[in-house]
Amino acid sequence: MARSLKKGPFVDPKLERKVLLMNESGKKRSIKTWARRSMISPDFVGHTITVHNGKKFIPVFISENMVGHKLGEFAPTRNFRGHAGNRKDKRK
Amino acid sequence: MARIAGQDLPKNKRGVIGLTYIFGIGKTSAAQILEKAGVDQDKKVKDWSDPEIVKIRQVIGDEYKVEGALRSEIQLNIKRLMDIGCYRGLRHRKGLPLRGQRTRTNARTRKGRKKTVAGKKKAPK
Repeated sequence: MARSLKKGPFVDPKLERKVLLMNESGKKRSIKTWARRSMISPDFVGHTITVHNGKKFIPVFISENMVGHKLGEFAPTRNFRGHAGNRKDKRK
Repeated sequence: MARIAGQDLPKNKRGVIGLTYIFGIGKTSAAQILEKAGVDQDKKVKDWSDPEIVKIRQVIGDEYKVEGALRSEIQLNIKRLMDIGCYRGLRHRKGLPLRGQRTRTNARTRKGRKKTVAGKKKAPK
């Protein structure tokens, strides 16, 4: 079910604070985060955020098109390598 | 024969139903279109007069996105998802369901006809 409009989008407060601080100081560094549930707000554009996938941090460069999606959508938690003996789809 | 939005309409059907042969128009929007054009819903497509057809065409052209334009918009939306590399985009690339449905069984609409795998046991002992 979609989130209630009354509440507005959820952006992780700590992460948002860090991004805003970086915007102010004009510095560009990647931020490590576990906040996969956080919506990408327009302030995030142009930053690289490394999102935890349960094992490691996946660097995600935020572009304009990604606004409105959640961070977790860009760091897949499952790694399906194909079935045994299936030589055909040995792609990435 | 009425041609609207590059699509031939069946001439022996009622107006509301006939319009739904256009991609992007269902019963609700068909009813709204006919109301705006001032044409009776139950009037058969073959009985539409030329000015009525022009009016219907105009309403569709002004307010609805249909056929090719709508198809390309859908394709663009899918392409956007694939380009930003989000989960739904990855699922589109792999041809699997996007919304968390199970894929152990079913999901045939997305995956297509069953591909039989050699050596797969029917049931465990």
